[in-house]
Amino acid sequence: MSYEIDPRGYYGEYGGAYIPEMLHANIEELRSQYQEIMADPSFQKEYNTLLRNYVGRPSPLYLAPRLSAKHGGKIYLKREDLNHTGAHKINNTIGQILVAKRLHKTRIIAETGAGQHGVATATVCALMNLECVVYMGSTDIERQAPNVARMKMLGAKVRPATSGSQTLKDATNEAIRDWINNPHDTHYIIGSVVGPHPYPDMVAKFQAIISQETKQQLLEQEGRENPDYLLACVGGGSNAAGLVYHYLDQNDVKIILAEAAGKGVHSGHSAATSILGSLGIIHGSKTLLMQDKDGQIIEPYSISAGLDYPGIGPLLAHLISSKRAKVYSATDQEALEAAIELSRYEGIIPALETAHALAVLPHLNLKTDEIVVLNLSGRGDKDLDTYIDNIDTRSNFQ
Amino acid sequence: MNRIEQLFSRKKENILNIYTTAGYPKLHDTVEIVLALEQAGTDIIELGMPYSDPMADGETIQYSSAKALANGMHLDLLFEQVKEIRLKSEIPIVLMGYLNQMIQYGQSRFLSACSDSGVDALIIPDLPMDIYEEDYQEKMKSHGIGISFLVTPQTSEERLYKADTLSSAFLYVVSQSSITGNNKNIKNDQLQYFERLARLNLSAPRLVGFGIHDRSTYETACNFANGAIIGSEFIRQLRSSEDLTATILSFIATLKSS
Repeated sequence: MSYEIDPRGYYGEYGGAYIPEMLHANIEELRSQYQEIMADPSFQKEYNTLLRNYVGRPSPLYLAPRLSAKHGGKIYLKREDLNHTGAHKINNTIGQILVAKRLHKTRIIAETGAGQHGVATATVCALMNLECVVYMGSTDIERQAPNVARMKMLGAKVRPATSGSQTLKDATNEAIRDWINNPHDTHYIIGSVVGPHPYPDMVAKFQAIISQETKQQLLEQEGRENPDYLLACVGGGSNAAGLVYHYLDQNDVKIILAEAAGKGVHSGHSAATSILGSLGIIHGSKTLLMQDKDGQIIEPYSISAGLDYPGIGPLLAHLISSKRAKVYSATDQEALEAAIELSRYEGIIPALETAHALAVLPHLNLKTDEIVVLNLSGRGDKDLDTYIDNIDTRSNFQ
Repeated sequence: MNRIEQLFSRKKENILNIYTTAGYPKLHDTVEIVLALEQAGTDIIELGMPYSDPMADGETIQYSSAKALANGMHLDLLFEQVKEIRLKSEIPIVLMGYLNQMIQYGQSRFLSACSDSGVDALIIPDLPMDIYEEDYQEKMKSHGIGISFLVTPQTSEERLYKADTLSSAFLYVVSQSSITGNNKNIKNDQLQYFERLARLNLSAPRLVGFGIHDRSTYETACNFANGAIIGSEFIRQLRSSEDLTATILSFIATLKSS
């Protein structure tokens, strides 16, 4: 089984570029050049220097003692929350802004759900002095106010997406429409391993720094590169793709993904794509997505704005359907409890997205010597309002 | 010869193609709208299959699509409506929608429903030409269903010729780099693009769409191509209409009067 992308942009049967002709020139320009640009030594040098001196990489790999004592095994946290801007998202935006510069683009657009990718994009645009427009669903603008303020502080324009469920998928539609309207000067920085080829591959390769560092760090701390488990939350799937990238061919490493079950997988308010989804096309990619019998895309739901995406990146769809990865789901309630647990046990407040991965730990039934690397993909500052509401309204969290 | 080939064999200029979203403004308005369009002198109907995520469409068609879905529009009903139209009319009907709709309905079931109901061709903007050649071309031919591919000012000459060769219905000339519904006047660089296409000796009939919204833009498009497609502006007319047939007759008359 190969987990590499094939020359036409597919992982197994997933992927491709199902785009209208209006996007063809843009996508083709990127597709024909991204590998060469990324392989160029001057690009690598600039990318790695920025990751080290600006983002603060390598991010620590931290053995969480009290969490390990609670759930068994040795639980390592890959601290992407300590990156500049507070999540893994900046690994990709640093890479893509350097690609955009080499394509001589002067204007950047992006979509955002929780706002982490929007902030990471606004940040690199400020750094590189490029115009930045971020599309964000109106619903998300309301529930992620601190990140909206951050983007504005950084000089980005935040444009509300008012169609559909007014969340991530609609923000993505709006960004795509913007790109159709501005085909010459604009680069679209997609925030996850979704969209038409070459985006899933390019974003996965920029996030692969996570697993590259993990191998090295685990070797130093445990004398082995491979953990028993890798664990990450998955919406579109970029932090998961980064965590597993260099481990895909290592079959002794089990890959566990955590999806958002919302109010329950079959409650009608869920974003559990691997269970509720079927093969189709979303945002230019053939993958698993939530849809009805006529192919209308179903609005997902999760308490976490970064996980309520109705699809999943084609690489992840391939890993799931080929059984290379196993998926668990966590409800809103389980994620909230896991976030509070990590805060109280380790002094780390995780993002709500990441909390879904933490909520899966009890399902692994870890043996004492088993090693887990959990991608702590983001910090929880943006979610404090949600956390506080729940602590205040539920006495067992006091 | 199918209905589209018949049309182009007897009429080669000033072809008027009007887009309307099935199930809009009300669920069962489709038949009345199509018949009124034919009565007014429209040559081709582009019938939109409303979709939840219409990537290439601007606000107006997003709105009509969302409204049609909220009205309860679905594909089985759309094919019923086409059948009802066919009891009274032989006007060429082209379905416009997105690939995911066809995949979920089932490719062979979809194509059978098209040929059984009397659909003549498809416009699927996110169906890539290479996927069409591999998996759709033969099956669509055997069902007698034509296809139109889109070309834009950015389309390379190589792709232009390929789109021309593959487009068995007509070549859909996207007039500008934009989503649908952008009502600006036609600019010089667009004219140069239309002229370039006119000089290429393409084999498929050419219809210009996107941004065509009044007599002036319609006439300009017709000067450089076999005809034009009006979508968003027609939906705007329906949106403010109190008598659909009357609105349609008067709107089409404004395009055609000289």
